[in-house]
Amino acid sequence: MKRIEEKHPLAIRWFHWVNFPVLAVMIWSGLLIYWANDVYHLQLGFANVHLFPSWFYHPGYHEATNKGHALWDLDYRLAEGMAWHFLFFWLFAINGILYVSFLALSGQWRELAPSRSSVKQAVEVILHELHIRREVPAQGKYNGAQRIAYSTIILMGFGSLITGLAIYKPIQLAWLTSLLGGYETARFLHFWITMGYVAFFVIHILQVVRAGWNNFRSMVTGYILADEEAPLQ
Amino acid sequence: MTTDEKQRVRLVSTVEDDAEQRMRRMSRRSFFQGAVGVAFVLGARHWIDTRRMRQELPWPLRRALQVNEEIWHDFASTGHLAPTFHPSAIGHARTNGDVGLDNMQDIASWRLKVRGLDTSNGDPDSRDFTLNEIKALPAYTIITQFKCIEGWSYVMSWRGARLADFMAKYSPALKTDDNGNPLPPVHGVPAYPDFVAMSTPDKQYYVGLDMQSARHPQTLLCYEMNGRPLTQEHGAPLRLIIPVKYGVKNIKRIGHIHYTNRRPADYWAEQGYDWYAEL
Repeated sequence: MKRIEEKHPLAIRWFHWVNFPVLAVMIWSGLLIYWANDVYHLQLGFANVHLFPSWFYHPGYHEATNKGHALWDLDYRLAEGMAWHFLFFWLFAINGILYVSFLALSGQWRELAPSRSSVKQAVEVILHELHIRREVPAQGKYNGAQRIAYSTIILMGFGSLITGLAIYKPIQLAWLTSLLGGYETARFLHFWITMGYVAFFVIHILQVVRAGWNNFRSMVTGYILADEEAPLQ
Repeated sequence: MTTDEKQRVRLVSTVEDDAEQRMRRMSRRSFFQGAVGVAFVLGARHWIDTRRMRQELPWPLRRALQVNEEIWHDFASTGHLAPTFHPSAIGHARTNGDVGLDNMQDIASWRLKVRGLDTSNGDPDSRDFTLNEIKALPAYTIITQFKCIEGWSYVMSWRGARLADFMAKYSPALKTDDNGNPLPPVHGVPAYPDFVAMSTPDKQYYVGLDMQSARHPQTLLCYEMNGRPLTQEHGAPLRLIIPVKYGVKNIKRIGHIHYTNRRPADYWAEQGYDWYAEL
């Protein structure tokens, strides 16, 4: 016995799927820019990883042709990276502002904002998913872990925007740059927020695969097929 | 059964009958729309990549850089000052970029050749200046963060004369109306030409500046760095320090200055970078 239930409003699906290619272009062009001054390291225990090793910028590099793989060739393209970055940042910012405005005006933020029980529930969710805890935590549209993750990603988007502006116009917006700890610090934050997106993306994809087709389809169609027994929301 | 109950049964059975079917129909439509979206994104990417190149960039990207800069010129003011620092913040001097510095400069024979000067009082259009004439202007020391377009920065101390003072003393030719009469000042600013072009003595490296940035009080004709005369690799005997722009505009070893109303060529803008390179 199946029943069709609405899950994601059209607006949210638009914001989500517009953001995907836009953020992809921002991260790709950001790498073209970062390459020109790739100074950050990641300390993993005793291992110090340089971000990024040179093979990362041009896998499959051939000295004869002086070219790497056509789809993943990230070095010596600073000017091109800046041009893409400063065009697509408008789309990223406008889409993000519309998304947050929609959440605020439609009341959808209530489904998303972490509540007092979210932290406790997030722990239960994680324990359940690691097969440590048997019971499935009760949840509405999103569980506690999702509420925290999806709200954090909004804050990160805002963080990308202001740290980006602080390094884009550090004199016109000198007040913002100094508020964020200066030019170098703003660049550092801008980079690590982006690394945060990459980490989010990996977990997000794994969770979507785990949650199955019905759930993924709902982000495209807006509806899920629910069992008749399930209580109406 | 009451009418109400009958209605509910009918509703439920309708739902039972074709929920899966309706879902399939909706999915087909939505995924088709999604496919159109993906095709649009890939098409847009391809379209941008294959446009005519304008100074090493496809024209939509070049146009976007220009629009961004126009917006910043409207909303922001080049009157904003670059933050200044305490001497303890001064870092080591990184050397980068040696275009136009191939030959050792004989400082004694060096002259600053300026074109586009005011001729209304009978002075010639162009003139050569010695370093002492620059040093005779009021000297300013500023400690600012020098920002390379590559993404690194160092706090450095610079000493020199304001380009604005140089222009006040040796005026560029003012803009004129249709009858050839000089235009009056606007808000106390003389009707200077719109742009300043600068190049190394061998003209291998060249930058274009908008007049607003050139007149900025922190824009210096600089002859000292960190308390010492400029070294050859940092642009001896005279370089530009323009903290409102990326390092690429801070031309070393200025040989020529040209005041003009046509936007000058710029070495790095021709390589795909933004012409303003403004911060």
